[in-house]
Amino acid sequence: MSKTKDISLTVNGEVLTANVPVRMNLVDFLRHEAGLTGSHVGCEHGVCGACTIEVNSDTVRGCLMLAVQADGATVTTIEGLADSGRSAALIAAFTRRNALQCGFCTPGMLASAIAYVEGGGIADKQAIRDHISGNYCRCTGYQSVVDAIHDVVTEGASA
Amino acid sequence: MKAPDFDYLRPGTLAEAIAILSEHEGEAQPLAGGQSLMPMMNFRVAAPAVLVDLSALSELRGITRTDTSVRIGAMTRYRELADWANICTDLPLIAVALPHIAHDAIRNRGTIGGSLALADAAAEMPALMLALGATIELMGPNGTRHVPADDFFQGFYDTACEADELIVAVDIPLAPEAKFGFHELVQRHGDYAMAGVAIKATSLAPLSGLRIAFFGVSDRALRVPALEAALDGTSGDEAAIAAALPALEAIEFEGDLKVSAKTRAHYAGVALKRALAEMLA
Amino acid sequence: MTGPATIFDKPNTYIGQPTPRADAARLLQGRGRFVDDLQLPRMVHAAFFRSPHAHARILSIDTTAARAAPGVVAVYTGAELAEHVTPYVGVLTHLAGLRSAPQHPIAIDVARWQGEPLVMVIAQTRAQAEDACELIEADLEELPPAVDAETALTADAPVIHADFGSNLAWERKVDVGHIDNAFAAPDVTIVEREFRFGRHTGVTLESRGTVCDFDPSEQTLTMHYSGQAPHMMQVILSRHIGVAEENVRVISNDVGGSFGIKIHTYGDEIAAAAAAKLLKRPVKFIADRMESFMTDIHARDHVVKARMGISAEGSIVGIDFHDLTGVGPYSMYPRTSAIECNQVLNLTGAPYALENYRAHGQVVFQNKNMMCQYRAVGHPIAMAVADGLLEDAARAIGKDPVEVRRRNLMRDDSYPRASASGMKLDDLSHQKALEKLVEIMDYDALRADQIKMREKGIYRGIGFVSMVEVTNPSPMFYGVGGAHIASMDGATVRLDAAGALHVSSSITEQGQGTNAILGQIAAGVFGVPIERVKVTTGDTATVPYGGGTWASRGAGIGGEAMLQAAHALKTQVLDVAGVMLQSPVAALDIRNGAVVDAETGAERITLDALARTVYYRGNELPSDLKPELIATRHYRVTDFPFVFTNGAMAAHVEVDTETGFVKVLHFWAVEDCGRVINPMLVDEQVRGGVVQGIGGALYEECLYSPEGQLLNTTMADYIVPMASEMPEITVAHIETPTKTSVLGAKGAGEAGTGGAPAALLNAVNDALSPMDTSIWQMPMTPERILKALGKV
Ligand SMILES: Cc1cc2nc3c(=O)[nH]c(=O)nc-3n(C[C@H](O)[C@H](O)[C@H](O)COP(=O)(O)OP(=O)(O)OC[C@H]3O[C@@H](n4cnc5c(N)ncnc54)[C@H](O)[C@@H]3O)c2cc1C
Ligand code: FES
Ligand code: FES
Repeated sequence: MSKTKDISLTVNGEVLTANVPVRMNLVDFLRHEAGLTGSHVGCEHGVCGACTIEVNSDTVRGCLMLAVQADGATVTTIEGLADSGRSAALIAAFTRRNALQCGFCTPGMLASAIAYVEGGGIADKQAIRDHISGNYCRCTGYQSVVDAIHDVVTEGASA
Repeated sequence: MKAPDFDYLRPGTLAEAIAILSEHEGEAQPLAGGQSLMPMMNFRVAAPAVLVDLSALSELRGITRTDTSVRIGAMTRYRELADWANICTDLPLIAVALPHIAHDAIRNRGTIGGSLALADAAAEMPALMLALGATIELMGPNGTRHVPADDFFQGFYDTACEADELIVAVDIPLAPEAKFGFHELVQRHGDYAMAGVAIKATSLAPLSGLRIAFFGVSDRALRVPALEAALDGTSGDEAAIAAALPALEAIEFEGDLKVSAKTRAHYAGVALKRALAEMLA
Repeated sequence: MTGPATIFDKPNTYIGQPTPRADAARLLQGRGRFVDDLQLPRMVHAAFFRSPHAHARILSIDTTAARAAPGVVAVYTGAELAEHVTPYVGVLTHLAGLRSAPQHPIAIDVARWQGEPLVMVIAQTRAQAEDACELIEADLEELPPAVDAETALTADAPVIHADFGSNLAWERKVDVGHIDNAFAAPDVTIVEREFRFGRHTGVTLESRGTVCDFDPSEQTLTMHYSGQAPHMMQVILSRHIGVAEENVRVISNDVGGSFGIKIHTYGDEIAAAAAAKLLKRPVKFIADRMESFMTDIHARDHVVKARMGISAEGSIVGIDFHDLTGVGPYSMYPRTSAIECNQVLNLTGAPYALENYRAHGQVVFQNKNMMCQYRAVGHPIAMAVADGLLEDAARAIGKDPVEVRRRNLMRDDSYPRASASGMKLDDLSHQKALEKLVEIMDYDALRADQIKMREKGIYRGIGFVSMVEVTNPSPMFYGVGGAHIASMDGATVRLDAAGALHVSSSITEQGQGTNAILGQIAAGVFGVPIERVKVTTGDTATVPYGGGTWASRGAGIGGEAMLQAAHALKTQVLDVAGVMLQSPVAALDIRNGAVVDAETGAERITLDALARTVYYRGNELPSDLKPELIATRHYRVTDFPFVFTNGAMAAHVEVDTETGFVKVLHFWAVEDCGRVINPMLVDEQVRGGVVQGIGGALYEECLYSPEGQLLNTTMADYIVPMASEMPEITVAHIETPTKTSVLGAKGAGEAGTGGAPAALLNAVNDALSPMDTSIWQMPMTPERILKALGKV
């Protein structure tokens, strides 16, 4: 039998309690136990960034954190960003720029992008590129993603 | 690629954590930010029977500044270090190096203690501690030890920290007059270095009080005394560097999948040249 | 071709517009439907114990402890599974002489590459399945491996399939003109190079995976599939697992990148399907990243020795080369592993008017993971060889590479014609593409900058490629050789009672925007707002029969079928409207969801009013009028084996001569993919393709030890392009519609990947030219560049 532990955490504003195997990582918990399949898994070793989510207001790799470590934490996933409207401007810009093809990197890209935009990132394309340099995308070649984030930063500055 | 099973413990005090580590004699492993340990567990190359989560240990947190030094708790995340109000004035070398360590989401979890305990040869933090002349504070069943960085890194993923000990903090002497240099060669932003160097000098013209630490070149971060001696008292110009470079032969360069030992040796020289040029510019 | 010429200039057309994709909304809100998202009742998980050796005899396998491990539901060795799955052989008759041995999903007596499945464990969770794999005891006798393709044909190389007597899988020779005479002519300069192309792989961000389920009551097998060709998979499962073809349903919803990786028969996926049948419950297999690196097909792995002759004025007199490629221990099923070499022989030098052409290709077996078709099959090799030699030759005779291309490119007014290798070509625009490229990149300014920078010790280089891309394949690609792979695609268009269109197609979506362009074509041709088109793809139970999306065929073939179906439905609806409105059909049109007066655009009847009449109150219609309100059409390319597209690309790079690092400063691509259905989607396909090409040229390589161990199986060790280092990519178009269809669209998905490596190679060599050195091996790693510079 797998060793388990009770946890309670707030995910996208909802309090969840669960008994989880201690070895289960947070993104597997969110996807398979909480049914929030919007976060993706691309490598399980911290490199690809597809699992990037927000824990207590910071972006983290969901594959490099145990679910038990999120006990008491506040977690926001791509679903929560959409529901609360926080990602609305990015969604619009990503759509307009076609900044996604298969969409598998998208949850992680949005998590990184929102950290950049809300963290006061500047409208500089190389700075944006450096910021998302931990998010792998095999489809787009990145330019449209960079342009979309740049659009949102620029709109924010002029709003 | 799922981690093998383990017992998970989250002690509330440092003493409790040490007790667990001693009790399980090498079967237990501390978990800090998990940014290196979790991948190793997912790959099943690490399989601790007991995982000791350090996140509740307040003794391992916080940055405190005295008149002579800065003490950084082992569980301080890169991100907290970057956000520390005095980082640019008191620890400018670390401020310059931090953006080179991985990426945001990893810096939000990875800790200074985790990096030093792991002692990856290509990691920045160990070399920074060498260059800055830091002291590492360890706690074990027999109490506290203070180990100078120069004695801490002992080989391939090998340090002075015993299996039943924890890194509690590092202590970095303040050096308001010192000058610093840093350069690393990477093919991609945020990668581990293909070779890198961190430099502290008490003065620039001429160079003196040099501490030059390399990373990503051998089995661990290291200083080369003969190189420091050769550059000391010089202007650090091209001729001085050329004259000093043969001292690098003291390093046992290691090759890996990306570069051979020979290329590493070449890169160490390039990194040094560039770091000095940036310092002196 | 049949079809109204007016389709493209109607007021309500969407074709040609940068319409955003409808499915973006779903993916941006975390509502995608990827295979691993599925959670079915009673679902269990597969993990594999894989061969740790490149070549080993299986003496015995003890699974006792694994079977007893917590959560374990079943364990299958190769021999156990072989009772339920028939083996497959990756050969096709039109690749004359190609041979391969029968392959089992799980090895039975000999393991022939590191990573080959030896045991499948099924457990309640993937973690438990992996725990049990660690308890398997396999007694394996290591055999000497044949790892290196270059020695695989030598007398003392271990022969992987003893019956064959050697490791040669296939070879082909082409000899056109008189190459030896041409090279011997007095004023001809010969350049000769040995090109090396490393193995790389697709690294789709979503790894391969499947969820299979079997219902014994109806004997139905359902495979949820992260892949490109559902109907192909349906036949394969039926034939090898023994379920009636009509009882196999293959569903592919969202696919997290594919690039050719997910179109082959993988033992682990077939085994998972067989397990579902045996256990009568859902089985999930999701490859982890290490399994992806070890078992997703690899690509390239060529050594090409090539020569080009050029006259003093710069006319290419011929190309002569030998291509050796290592494909692993089997030819992949069902598409075979000889296609890439075949493409190299077909495509090298295809943009140029060549009289003399000699090529010899050899495909050899080796104890490495299998090699097969990945994005831009054979193209990067063919383009890098021809254009690499061209720029080398230009340097040798002191001419500008653009000038040499101008002299040798096939003239835009010279089609239809054939390439030296015999490919039928039409509707190409090499000259226009090159001129446009030179214009948008401001070539002269870049050359001036290059000279200035060299004085400062900064080495920049400019490199070009003129290229062709094979798209829209006809039955001559696979079907002719006996493969159960459709070359036609179907589309169905249905008008519902509310006046909306429901369309379905046999092509599939992996992020290219397939669904979007199908919607655009249907909306534009039929005449409804695009929001009112609902698109279904990727389900053999509901879509018409067809090939799927690969070889850049989606837009050209699937799109044409959609155009024909939408047009057929429109004709039907106008017939009904003509009767209802007592109007000649020719006086009517459908625009923006209503039947209108063709002349004035005035609305006559909305589509929903028309449809409701037909569906609810058929009594109001004459009894001999029996409208269908649904139409299906299929399309295949008939007059050509392939429809070629062309392009011209350029790279601007800076080489750090002290470190060997290459920085790509900018990239330009001019692409002629015929009719552009959605310029935004095409541009992004090109950009993504270019970056994959940059990956192959600069970073990506599957590194093997001499013993056949794959050394880089993590994303930290196998490096791919990331945002910081990638350049801005400028894309421009020439539009020369293909005459083979009304739509006129050719493919565009592979051009960037096919062309970028050649442009990069040329740019790096241009940068290195002042040092009088050059590099001919990809990826062009810093260390290899330093070696070329004599620095290490
Ligand atoms: C994609 C990626 C890129 C990266 N790039 C870089 C890079 O460029 N440079 C770089 O330096 N690092 C890089 N890292 C590693 C990162 O910096 C790690 O965070 C760091 O090496 C370990 O810190 P951690 O807190 O995560 O430690 P953990 O992973 O939790 O632990 C690491 C090891 O230290 C032990 N340990 C942890 N804390 C203590 C303690 N207080 N006392 C005793 N032992 C302890 C653990 O038992 C374990 O053996 C990268 C990581 C990833 C995933
Ligand atoms: S899945 Fe977590 S970084 Fe790739
Ligand atoms: S859109 Fe496919 S990986 Fe980014």
